[in-house]
Amino acid sequence: MRKCLLITAALLASLPAGGAAAAWQPNRPIEFVVTSAPGGGTDNFARVVQAIITKYKMVEQPIVVVNKGGGSGAEGFVYTKTQAKDPYKLTFGTNNAYLLPYVAKLGYKPAELTPVATLAVDEFLVWVNGASPYKDVKSYIEAVKAKPGVFKASGSQSKDTDHILTSMIEDATGTKFIYVPFQGGNATAVQLAGGHVDSNVNNPNENVGHWKAGTVRPLCVFSPTRLPGTAKVADDKAWSDIPTCREAGIPIDQFQMPRTVWLPPGVPADAVTFYADILEKVTKTPEWKEWTERNLQTPRFLAGKAFTDFIAEDDAKNRKVLEAQGWMVK
Amino acid sequence: MDNIASLFYGFGVALSAYHIGLMIVGVLLGILVGVLPGLGAPNGVSLLLPLTFAMDPVAAIILLTSIYWGALFGGSTTSILFNIPGEPSSVATTFDGYPLAHKGEPTRALSFAFLSAGFGALVGVIVITLLSSAVARFALKFSSPEFFAVYLLAFCSFVGLGGASPFKSIVAIGFGFAFGAVGMDSVSGSLRLTYGFDELLAGISFLVAVIGLFGIGELILTVEQGLELAGIRARISPRDVLSAALAMPRYWVALLRSAAVGCWMGITPGGPTAASFMSYGLAKRFSRNRDKFGTGEPEGIISPETADHAAGTSAMLPMIALGVPGSATAAVMMGGLMIWGLNPGPMLFVERPDFVWGLIASMYLGNVVAVILVLATVPLFASILRVPFALIGPVIVVICFVGAYTVGNHTFDLWLALAFGLVGYVFKKLDYPIAPLVLAMVIGDKAEDAFRQSMIMSGGSLSIFWSNGLVATLTCAALVLLFWPLIAAGLRRLPGLLSTGRRTPAA
Repeated sequence: MRKCLLITAALLASLPAGGAAAAWQPNRPIEFVVTSAPGGGTDNFARVVQAIITKYKMVEQPIVVVNKGGGSGAEGFVYTKTQAKDPYKLTFGTNNAYLLPYVAKLGYKPAELTPVATLAVDEFLVWVNGASPYKDVKSYIEAVKAKPGVFKASGSQSKDTDHILTSMIEDATGTKFIYVPFQGGNATAVQLAGGHVDSNVNNPNENVGHWKAGTVRPLCVFSPTRLPGTAKVADDKAWSDIPTCREAGIPIDQFQMPRTVWLPPGVPADAVTFYADILEKVTKTPEWKEWTERNLQTPRFLAGKAFTDFIAEDDAKNRKVLEAQGWMVK
Repeated sequence: MDNIASLFYGFGVALSAYHIGLMIVGVLLGILVGVLPGLGAPNGVSLLLPLTFAMDPVAAIILLTSIYWGALFGGSTTSILFNIPGEPSSVATTFDGYPLAHKGEPTRALSFAFLSAGFGALVGVIVITLLSSAVARFALKFSSPEFFAVYLLAFCSFVGLGGASPFKSIVAIGFGFAFGAVGMDSVSGSLRLTYGFDELLAGISFLVAVIGLFGIGELILTVEQGLELAGIRARISPRDVLSAALAMPRYWVALLRSAAVGCWMGITPGGPTAASFMSYGLAKRFSRNRDKFGTGEPEGIISPETADHAAGTSAMLPMIALGVPGSATAAVMMGGLMIWGLNPGPMLFVERPDFVWGLIASMYLGNVVAVILVLATVPLFASILRVPFALIGPVIVVICFVGAYTVGNHTFDLWLALAFGLVGYVFKKLDYPIAPLVLAMVIGDKAEDAFRQSMIMSGGSLSIFWSNGLVATLTCAALVLLFWPLIAAGLRRLPGLLSTGRRTPAA
């Protein structure tokens, strides 16, 4: 059966350029491989894309979502790798696709995945407890500097984006935190709201509920420009009132996490273009716009060379931190 | 009183023909996914999630929560009939439910389970209704040391010393911890015990282990005892449902204690699985009929079921109010919340009262619908036991393997289930208890994370477990329960000091 499909795929791929219609088209159900557990950020991302594609009938074939979130998502990427040449497995992730193999010995290499596109980036902010005296990031960093190894910074997982960013802050400001890893951004948010830790670097949508309740406070955002959104959220402040970390005194220009899409190794180039086109259409729908606004993600569609360049840059930046911290596995 | 007014407002939102129709559909679907081992509530809910994108959030959450209630009820059915838990949280129900069913009283066993489950759920919703704001604030007090203490408490109340053979229990616990540790460790980010198998990256699925240990292990034992062509002469009469209902008030102590344990574990959140084990352990320790536990004692069914549902229900509160899902299913629903455009958090009560109170009102209605529907199915399910094992056995094998496969779509899991079947068989032959292994596997991993997070916070000092009133109370209560047999023996020797003596160790 699989061989048969592979042959079909190969045939489809090798069809001569007999006109524009020769491009790859799916002829059986497509599987969305999600590298997080149900309910996780990547899961929501994939399911929203699925809902939009289905609503506008962008693909004739049905779409099935499969969660493979074990090992911080490694399970899904390993699975994708083993499905070589199968253009029916579209895999959803973040930059964990190329960062995970650095910190753990895994059964895949980033180069084995075929990059398709990134659809949006998640922003990171510095948050402190709402009852703490710190109104701006400068005073907070100074307090941490005065007592190295006392303040607790938290994040989800270990050696992952939150941990990397915390290390970057330490390096850039000459501070020292105790990093406490929790399971997921929501648990991290509650620990800060409850005052059990001093700060976190959560994404906006993970903390916004607690900000509205006054239990956490945003200090700055790791983005080159301020966030959009001028409607007041809490404390008589809008997202656009939060300064960038650079202007507030942390010399880090940018730290964002891309929402990425991949295919298995060795798939026809036409299939990659096919999915990239569909995903680009998705990003142009009002539903996508609404979802990114609601979840405070920054829409950014990149495919083809623009995407691989982005990966190379993001990879190099993160790798530097991983190496400096000695987190790389041999 | 504000809450009562809001609740009536919620009933106004939830009570429409459309919503009640959704409840019935959801509960029926839930019973179906709950009955089939492996499919389970989280999968059932995530399968239906895409359907809800086009729905109004209130209707969507009513549909999804109804599936959850149905699955919670359905999960107990296979525990009682075949000793195969359909949901992790119904493992403890097998201990007495299965023996009672096999004594020829499946109707009573199922009725006890469903009625106590309904009671537990009701208490859970009432707690949410009356105490929502206070409870949410209380849950914020919990950090890693408190979580560890809660897990320790659950563990100690179930295991304790002075069981049949402490040595064998310790061996079983050791195995459970080892199985629970497989996969990626979230504190260090490195892989453990995967031996190069990519399939083990995600850890050993608890359901696969349960399907093997209970389902397949049980089958091997049955086959060994010889092929029986007769079914169990199960008494099936609707009157048994009624008699079970009338017997319920007699167990009011167990009901109230288990409901309290369940609500506590649902809110903190320790989860329904830990709650059911803890409740069973407490019942076994403090019941007047403790010697009959494990032989089909109704209290041994009522306690875990009440706690399971009280926890499952009250776990919705931390989900809505804090964005912390108390169970795997709640995690999926929370994903739904985000997609529908609602941000879980303390302000949801203010921003979308129609959603929050509609949901709470629907929890009353949904559970009433669920209890009526499952009680109606009791005779049907109970009659399955009359079918000779030679016929039903192969079907169970197929269901077990399909279940094990559905968990992660890995062929590897089928071998794993088979291996666990052998472990289960050997454990039973050598009289090693399986329950401590299961409990260690469920909470071992979480307890370890909580412990290590605490150690990071305190710089390696154990004093963090006594650092505030809350955590100190929990830790001491756990230790008291662990050494309860010794303490009880001591108390018996000092009858005059009984009243003061009991207070001293807890303080």
